[in-house]
Amino acid sequence: MTTAGLVALHRRRRLTDRVMTVVMVIAAVAAVTPLVLIMFHVLTHGMGALSLSLLTEDPNPPGRPGGGVRNAIAGSMLMVGMAMAIGTPIAIGCGIFLSEFGQNRAGMVLRFLVDVLAGLPSITIGLFIYSLVVLPNKRFTAIAGALALAVILIPVVARITEEMLLLVPRSLREAAFALGAPRWRTVLTVVVPTALPGIVTGLMLALSRIAGEAAPLLFTSLGNQFFSTDPLQAIDSLPTRIYTYASGPFDYWHEQAWAMSLLLVVFILMVSVIVRALVGTKVTVRQ
Amino acid sequence: MTESASPAAVDERSSFDFSPTRTVASPVGVNNAEAKRVALRAEHISAWYGQKLAVSDVTLDIDAHSVTALIGPSGCGKSTLLRCLNRMHEVTPKGRVQGRVILEGEDIYGPGSDPTRVRQRIGMVFQKPNPFPTMSIEENVAAGLRFMNMRSKSEIADRVEASLKAAALWDEVKNDLKKPGMALSGGQQQRLCIARAIAVEPEVVLMDEPCSALDPLATLKVEDLMRTLAVKYTIVIVTHNMQQAARVSDRTAFMLAGEGGYGELIEYLPTDELFTNPQDQRTEDYITGRFG
Amino acid sequence: MASTTDLGHRPSRSVLVGGLHLADRLFKGVTGFAAVFVVLIVGGLFYQLIWRAWPAITANGFSFIWSTDWNPSQGIFGAGAFLVGTALTSVAALILATAVAVLVALYLVEVAPSRVSRPVSYMVELLAAIPSVVYGLWGIYVLGGFIQSTLGPMLTHTLGLFIPFFDGTPRVTGLLSAIVVLTIMIIPTVMAVSRDVIAAVPGSQREAILALGATRWETIRIAVLPYARSGILGGAILGLARAVGETLAVTLVIGNRVSIPHTIFDPTYTMASVIANQFQEAEGATHRAALMEVALLLLCVTFLINVVARLLVWRVTKGQRSVVIE
Repeated sequence: MTTAGLVALHRRRRLTDRVMTVVMVIAAVAAVTPLVLIMFHVLTHGMGALSLSLLTEDPNPPGRPGGGVRNAIAGSMLMVGMAMAIGTPIAIGCGIFLSEFGQNRAGMVLRFLVDVLAGLPSITIGLFIYSLVVLPNKRFTAIAGALALAVILIPVVARITEEMLLLVPRSLREAAFALGAPRWRTVLTVVVPTALPGIVTGLMLALSRIAGEAAPLLFTSLGNQFFSTDPLQAIDSLPTRIYTYASGPFDYWHEQAWAMSLLLVVFILMVSVIVRALVGTKVTVRQ
Repeated sequence: MTESASPAAVDERSSFDFSPTRTVASPVGVNNAEAKRVALRAEHISAWYGQKLAVSDVTLDIDAHSVTALIGPSGCGKSTLLRCLNRMHEVTPKGRVQGRVILEGEDIYGPGSDPTRVRQRIGMVFQKPNPFPTMSIEENVAAGLRFMNMRSKSEIADRVEASLKAAALWDEVKNDLKKPGMALSGGQQQRLCIARAIAVEPEVVLMDEPCSALDPLATLKVEDLMRTLAVKYTIVIVTHNMQQAARVSDRTAFMLAGEGGYGELIEYLPTDELFTNPQDQRTEDYITGRFG
Repeated sequence: MASTTDLGHRPSRSVLVGGLHLADRLFKGVTGFAAVFVVLIVGGLFYQLIWRAWPAITANGFSFIWSTDWNPSQGIFGAGAFLVGTALTSVAALILATAVAVLVALYLVEVAPSRVSRPVSYMVELLAAIPSVVYGLWGIYVLGGFIQSTLGPMLTHTLGLFIPFFDGTPRVTGLLSAIVVLTIMIIPTVMAVSRDVIAAVPGSQREAILALGATRWETIRIAVLPYARSGILGGAILGLARAVGETLAVTLVIGNRVSIPHTIFDPTYTMASVIANQFQEAEGATHRAALMEVALLLLCVTFLINVVARLLVWRVTKGQRSVVIE
């Protein structure tokens, strides 16, 4: 082992260290760049097409520029609202069950299934509801769309609810038990209220996720040229309309698709900011 | 895990000085005249965690080829001081060091100093045994050799064997070198970590409460080992166990955190003297068990 | 948790008579019903798709999986081309995304100070929140142009000289566009899991190698990556599941043609995109059943990938929360 050899080895090691540090920095820049670019393009293209009439008018017949997407905004709000109403109780119930009674083998299996359900493609969930609800009733409905979105929401909210409940300090529950409170009462009046900010956070994250989903709606709520708030009729939504317009032939469709994307992205960013403000920390749910 | 957090810790990338006088091999073949040589001198070392001062202005000389013990109640900064001696303190988040540590006439915090070189020359054994779980016993011992231009298989195998023998582990593992290091018992794992540390032939080995996670029998073995290793290496050990310090060390430094919450060096004497005739009232209170 | 709370609770509970017992049982029953609902959804998902696909399964037989002939007007259905399209897009995206995401995760945990790592981490995670259709829109009208004018020619003039697969005519939509969009979409998934498992590597492992004189990169390579590798693999497979199931972004940029691509610029189909593109305009019941069979295939593939990924991630982060709060 010569000194010269050691010097060379040291130089090489330090060089590798520096090169790899630079490579890591480049990777970080490369990962953030698409976000910046997408935001930039959504903002610049979207602002150009954003107008009051976009929000207050319904679509013109295809090929006639102008018109708006009021029906899509209303449809999205209606379906997302219904999905939250349907999915939340089930999701929270499931989360409570997992945290209270899920520390055994059955709980492990259930937790596993919830995680797996969260990872299944949303288009297969759309086909599931199509087969379960749309075909038997022979019509596309807003309620079918809401059900598909609810199925996507349930695993996300169930898992975050469970985790949030498990974060509640043991001492709090034990204090309630010591007073002789039964389990259901302890959970509903002590544990759940303590974990509420976290559960609300989970709901908001799920909200922003389902607001952008188009694949499960293609075969359930279908889409609708006209304004509708009837849960038993086909209904429009922002993501499906973006999809239609993006793949369509007209320039004004593309512009309106950018504008709708801007609306969606702004909504999702707002939720993300509110969530951060709400809990004052960072909360993420692994996909 | 960011390095170079301290003002004293000069950017390791800024320069690279490798003077030929710094040989890697430790001074093997010690003679008695060298026995009292100072191996490591800490000068006015202060250490912070963020804004919190943990060790204040410690100066001490560590004799070569001896065992030096740092004792004191928990929170007195003895482990922090130890980690300042091979620039490991600066890898803890927000860790910061001021002062000088002189090794062979050169400041390890000096502008030309490279922390990776410093740590090759001043090895460390930690409180809990920390073998690499994905590596075999053999690979664990050889882990540091890849930074030393050691290519030939036989050379590496020889060094692994020598290190395991020096760590008094060879007889127990010689037939299981391919087995994972985690398969060993706690005491064996700690001796494996000692073998790993001495495989790179450092001049100084720092041990941070190396027996606190071990049972009494394993502790005895490691203590015996320290005495044996002191022939070839300079050992600095942090311990919360006064009997252990009394058993293994030649000199003992007593540290204490005062009102300010930061640790200071109270007294540094040959071990016999410190335990029989301490000069400072606080040392006496501690060793007689009046507090701590 | 349940066991420890029971410890202090059981004596007082046994004193109480049946009424409260009943209420607690009811409580367990109601929440349990919600939990069973999830099982029903997963079961129903398979049942419904098998049921609707059954006519096609019996008619097409096993050749459905490898036949690349898909001709609805003549009633010939083979999903081979879609399987190839799905495999090509998602595996390529997985490799690219994992390389970038692991490096980013290492940067965030091992290198960057927290004032840098927090915003970067947040921004990468925001990528996961952008809806699929928005990626598709951006993919066609921004990325597609860039691929046609810049990235495509760059590839044909370099790799294309040696590898025929890279030597073609760059288009706005096609395999490469789908790969790039998918890569961007799954980076956050792989990054988030990798970051968490890398952060879970004990500091003692890093210290062990640092104390031997390792540089930062050597610390990563020798101590961190080997320790975190199965967790990172799990994260990558989760990303793969996401890529395989990704629908609309891919449908918009992949070109939608039933053929196995000969070059990286050719249009093709994935399983998800052929469903999205053809189902509404399906030519009759047999075509619809065949698409249901594609969906069933997709479901089975993603289910399996998810199971493997979850098991891997669970094994590594055992006891760790899947919800991260900092």
